[in-house]
This record gives sequence, C-alpha cells and structure tokens, in this order.
Amino acid sequence: MRFLLTDEQSDFARTLRSLLGSAQVPAAVRAWADGDAAPGRALWSRLAGTGLFALAVPEAYEGAGLLPLELSLGFVELGRAGVPGPVVESAAASVLLAELADEALAKRFLPGLAQGETSATLTLPDGSPYALDADAATYCFTVSGAGELRWRGGPREPVRSTDPARRLSLPPAGGDDGGELLAAGPAVTRAAEAAGRWARLLTAAQCLGVGEALLARTVEYAKQRTQFGTPIGGFQAVKHRLADTLLDLEFARPLVWAAALSPGPGEVAAAKLAAGEASYRAAMTALQLHGAVGYTEELDLSLWLRKARPLRDAWGTPSACRAEVLRSLTPPRR
Amino acid sequence: MELAHTADVEAFRAEARTWLRAHVPARPLPSLETAEGFAAHREWEAVLHADRWSVVSWPEEYGGRGVDIVKWLVFEEEYWAAGAPGRVSQNGINLLAPTLFDHASPQQRARVLPSMASGEVIWAQAWSEPESGSDLASLTSRAVRTEGGWLLTGQKTWSSRAAFADRAFGIFRTDPDAPKPHQGLTYLMFDLRAPGVTVRPIGRLDGKPAFAELFLDQVFAPDEDVIGEPGQGWRIAMSTTGNERGLTLRSPGRFLAAADRLVGLWRTHGDPSDTALRDRVADAVVGARAYELFTWANASRFAAGGTIGAESSLNKVFWSQYDIALHETALDLLGADAELAEGEWAEPWVFSLAGPIYAGTNEIQRDIIAERLLGLPKGRR
Ligand SMILES: Cc1cc2nc3c(=O)[nH]c(=O)nc-3n(C[C@H](O)[C@H](O)[C@H](O)COP(=O)(O)OP(=O)(O)OC[C@H]3O[C@@H](n4cnc5c(N)ncnc54)[C@H](O)[C@@H]3O)c2cc1C
Repeated sequence: MRFLLTDEQSDFARTLRSLLGSAQVPAAVRAWADGDAAPGRALWSRLAGTGLFALAVPEAYEGAGLLPLELSLGFVELGRAGVPGPVVESAAASVLLAELADEALAKRFLPGLAQGETSATLTLPDGSPYALDADAATYCFTVSGAGELRWRGGPREPVRSTDPARRLSLPPAGGDDGGELLAAGPAVTRAAEAAGRWARLLTAAQCLGVGEALLARTVEYAKQRTQFGTPIGGFQAVKHRLADTLLDLEFARPLVWAAALSPGPGEVAAAKLAAGEASYRAAMTALQLHGAVGYTEELDLSLWLRKARPLRDAWGTPSACRAEVLRSLTPPRR
Repeated sequence: MELAHTADVEAFRAEARTWLRAHVPARPLPSLETAEGFAAHREWEAVLHADRWSVVSWPEEYGGRGVDIVKWLVFEEEYWAAGAPGRVSQNGINLLAPTLFDHASPQQRARVLPSMASGEVIWAQAWSEPESGSDLASLTSRAVRTEGGWLLTGQKTWSSRAAFADRAFGIFRTDPDAPKPHQGLTYLMFDLRAPGVTVRPIGRLDGKPAFAELFLDQVFAPDEDVIGEPGQGWRIAMSTTGNERGLTLRSPGRFLAAADRLVGLWRTHGDPSDTALRDRVADAVVGARAYELFTWANASRFAAGGTIGAESSLNKVFWSQYDIALHETALDLLGADAELAEGEWAEPWVFSLAGPIYAGTNEIQRDIIAERLLGLPKGRR
C-alpha cells in the first residue's frame, strides 16, 4: 500500500503545469469562445508534445497504454489552466475505440488521436444530447441507444452554453442522418460504457483543477484586497469560507486518485460527485469573496467561474453519481 | 501508487478478524458513560490486552505488537466492522501515551504504560478550565513547588470520563510571572483519588455523566509525575493535540462501519421514492471513503518519513461534520422511532454533536487551516 504519487507522476504533473502556466491560456479561451479555435489548437499541439493524449491509447496504436492515473493527473492541470476544447471527449473517444478492439477502426483513428493531430467529440446514450465543441473537433462520434457507433463531420446547429468556451451543438434530428456507421452491437455498448466511465473520471479530475485554480486566485485576492484598513483575508468569515473550500478539495482529491487506480462505476461516481461539488462550491466562494469585480466577465476568474457548474453536471450530475454509488454497493462491502 | 496491501498486512487483518469474531461481546455493552458500563468496558480492555490487541501500535515491552500505522489502520477497520465496544481508555491511549513516547523518561513509560494498556488505570484529560476553553493558554490552575513535588490548586472542567476514571493529566501554571501566557506552564499527571481532589460529574445532553469538573485543593503530585521539563508544558501539550485531531482519535474504520450500518438501515427503512434521503445516504458512503483514502494518503506520507502538522485540522473538521451528518441521516430514516432514547442510533447521535466542540472547536481549526495552510493573515485570537 503506497497511496502517494510516484516521483515520475508528480514530475509529469509539474511539467504540464509549468507548460500551461506560460502558455497564455486565458487568451486562447477567449478566442475559442469567439469561434477562433487557432490559439486553442496551438495549445493542444503543445500538450500533445508532452504525451498527454497518448495516455488514453494502447501502445499498439502509437499510444502510451491506457493509463488513467497519469491521464487524471494531466486533467487536473488542464482544469487548473482552464484549457478549452473537447479534451475529455477526445480521450473518451480514444478509450471507446481502444475497447472496441476493432483493428481497422483502431488503426484508422487512434494514432492521430494519440498524437493530438486530431480531436474528437462524443455523445453517448443516456449522456448529454449536446456535443461539445463539434465545430472544432475533427470527428464527431455518437453512439445511439441501439448500439450504433457513427461519425460525422460538418457544421451543426449551435446552442449556447452558459460557459461561452463550451461550444455546444445538437445532433440533427433522427438517429440515421447519414453519418458513417462504424460499428454496431453489444460490443459498442460495452465500449461506450467504458468510455463514459473515463469521461466521468477525467471530468472529475478537471473539476479538481478548476476548484484549485479558483481557490488559489481567491486566496491571493484576499491577501491583497484591503477594506476597513486591513486585508480582507484577515477577517474570520472570509478565512473560514476559504478553509472550507480547501477542505472540500482536499477530501475530493484522494477519491479521484482511487477512482483512477480502479475505475469501477462506484469509485468513479464518488470521485465525480465530490470533485464536482467541491469545485462548484469553490466557484461560489470565489465569486462572493471577489465582490463585484468577481461578477464581471473581464476578470479572468470568470473563465473558471463559468466552467465550474457545467463541469459539475457534465458526464454525470451529482444526483446520477449518488445513485450510481449506492447501486455499486450491492452486495454490501463487507 | 498502489492501494492493495501486502500479504503480510492481509495476514495481520485475518488474524485480527478471527480474534475479534471469537471475542467481541455478542450483545452491546451498557453505555460506557455509566458506572456499570464503565466497569464492563474496563473488563473488555483487559480481554483485549490479554491477547495484545489493546495497543497494537505500541512496542511489545508495553503490551503492544509494535505494528506500523498501516496495520494499525487495518486493525481499526476490523475492530469497528466487528461491532466491538467503544474504547474507554482512549484518552490515555490516544492523548497521553503519544506524549509519553515523545517526552517522558524511560522510567515514566515503564511505570505508566502497562497499566494503561490493560485498562487497570483509566486516564482523564484535565486541560480545560471554566475560563479557559479555546483560549487554553489563559489557564490559571497552579502548581506550586513543595518538597519532592508540586501542589496543584484550581478548577478543571469538561474532563471526559473523569467521573469514573483513576488518574488525570493536565497543564498547570508554575510560573505566574512568565511574560507570556504560553510560558511557565508544566505538564503533570495526578491521582483523581488523591487527598484534595473533588470530582463532580456533569451530565451531558442525554444526562449521562460523560465528563466531570475537578476541584483541586493542594493536591500533591510527585516530581516523577512531571512530563518533560517544568515550564515546557505548552509545547508538550501542543504536540499532543496533533494526535488528537489527526488520524488517531477518529480512525476511518469507525466511519466505514457506521456508513455500512447506515446503508443497511436505508435498505430496511428507506422509502425508495425519497431521493433526497437516498442522496444523503450516498453522501455518507462517499464521505467515509473520502476520509479513508485521505487517511491512507497521510499514512503513506508518514511511512515515507513525513509528519502531520496543520493538516490534522482538516481531519478534525471533516470527521466531526461528517459524523453529525451521518447520524442525522440515520435519525431521518428512522422517522418516529428516532426519538427513542434507547435506540441504537440515539447515543451515537448525541455523541456526534460534540465533535465540532471538543479537540479544539471547528472555528479554531478553520483559523489554523486558513493561516497555516493557506497563508492568510493572522487574526486576533
Ligand atoms: C464532549 C466533550 C468532551 C470534552 N472532553 C474534554 C476533556 O476530556 N478534557 C478537557 O480538558 N476538555 C474537554 N472538553 C472541552 C473542550 O476542549 C472545550 O469545550 C473546547 O476547547 C472549547 O472551549 P469552550 O467550551 O470553553 O468554548 P469557548 O472557547 O468558550 O467557545 C465558545 C464558542 O466561541 C467560539 N470561539 C471562541 N474563540 C473563538 C475565536 N477566536 N474565533 C472564533 N470563534 C471562537 C468557539 O469556537 C465556540 O463556538 C470536552 C468538551 C466536550 C464537548
């Protein structure tokens, strides 16, 4: 039993963090929200250089193997930096294709995804009907309730998200709109379940990073914003709210690690529940303690503030996760 | 990173489980906050001790098994999962003993620890005073030098289990002229039956005498009962509070077992259409798991040579809030039966309510988290 990151794992996270720290991510996010994906794509290709996208692809297809723990560490950093784009969906699509074990399909799609040369968005049955960033992704995969995996490209009907950096679109009405049918049957359904679990895990990791970014920025602000002649961070009501935010995040983190170590449905749901709630509460604290300036879109803080709520609900609302936690308990743990 | 245990640890788990299955009383003991229950729990301590299960992490010479923190946590999991009784000796084992291991002389350890391990001597913590709760350093009970020892005078209060305990440990002012309140304090042990001691039991919310007031009038404590150097009491006491708030006072095993019982209650009493209550049951399951994993991460850090500092305040706030939420959920599941004082969940619920108050209130813990972990400015305290 050694429930601690290895040096290599910590180093990987640190490398990503420093790369993202100097990458001017907020500008890329704002451009992305305006429909200019170029700076975001440039960011993606720098991320690809760290091997991040290869962590969801088997070695046989130019990946690094399916490594959920390392990938989760990476996604904490993506959340911390606020990286835009269908990062979760691309990884989940890679997992889906890897799990399908269809040689031809794997060869066709996986190497590009592993290298970060292509990206994908994904909708699954029982998931959100809205595809994330379909306009920027290379592929738009869907799995239907009947177990059909299709892909299509091309523009789709846009729907605005409360987070402008999340560009949503609805699939055309009707299931068989002419997208290419790639595979069908129970194997697709099974692979889609695995992909859904990974999407949930990686969203949880992203939430954790978002929450940490919100807390760090708010602590900094509370140290320098002065009212009544003293930094607001000296007021107990302010301190205690920040202490509670740290508490939420610190107790969500080990759930995310454990879920990455053994990504069963219950563990993953627990991680998503805790991390999603922690980051959303961190957002509420950040908003309150920044006062009116926190309520503006100009402040970069808004990039994370607007992300926290959609991420809390993406790939499993708190209610869906709670139900999954209890479902996975039968038979009882002891 | 790895969550599986070694074969050696699993063998230890199996041994503990087998022993507990054979020895845990078939029927719950009476409440340990009553005279009868206190005696029954003391006997249970002796049963544990006879096979060296009462203090598994202590060195063998004092009745322990010398196991590391991982095995200790595993033992705790098995202990609570087996439905074993609460530990009447926990103040001594969790608070005084770590202090003795860190600060006492070998003679003191040899004198104090074995009878603590066997339950023969039950210890009470005499820190708080009527005017000194959160502001503990303002305490005024005095220890005055006398031939071969000290004379203790003053009033201590909220001393858990002192109504029935044998001995106590506390902090006393030995230098009233010290420039700062944290200075001139001395850490002492004394006999609750010594001449000059009056113990007045205090009924807690459910009326049981779970703690007591101590009136001390020139109570003699010999020099050999001073822990560490006279005047260093504050520093020594603070090294103990880390243990109290940190993982030793409330091990995850306790909450894992409670969450399991809660899920059982939900299966038998839950209204399937009440999703709000179902959600709270799920939160209890997730909370126990989070606390377990957080603790394993800390244990791994210890094993790798790290220490626990202000992080222990995170533990304390978490488990105390968690404990109340879990028990409230159980009461809500029970509906009308929740108010029955003899119900299985009633006393644990009453006990949980004190969690945010003792071991340093949660307000004080949040100050520590904000100042020491987040680096926010120090406020007036
Ligand atoms: C069940 C139980 C068992 C106990 N067992 C023991 C024992 O065995 N031995 C022992 O010595 N003591 C024991 N105690 C006492 C316990 O340690 C004290 O109750 C605790 O330290 C708080 O002190 P107080 O009760 O005097 O509250 P106070 O210090 O008077 O505090 C009252 C309220 O004011 C708040 N407050 C005080 N100062 C501040 C501040 N600076 N900022 C914000 N809020 C503040 C507190 O958080 C609290 O909410 C026990 C208490 C309980 C409830």
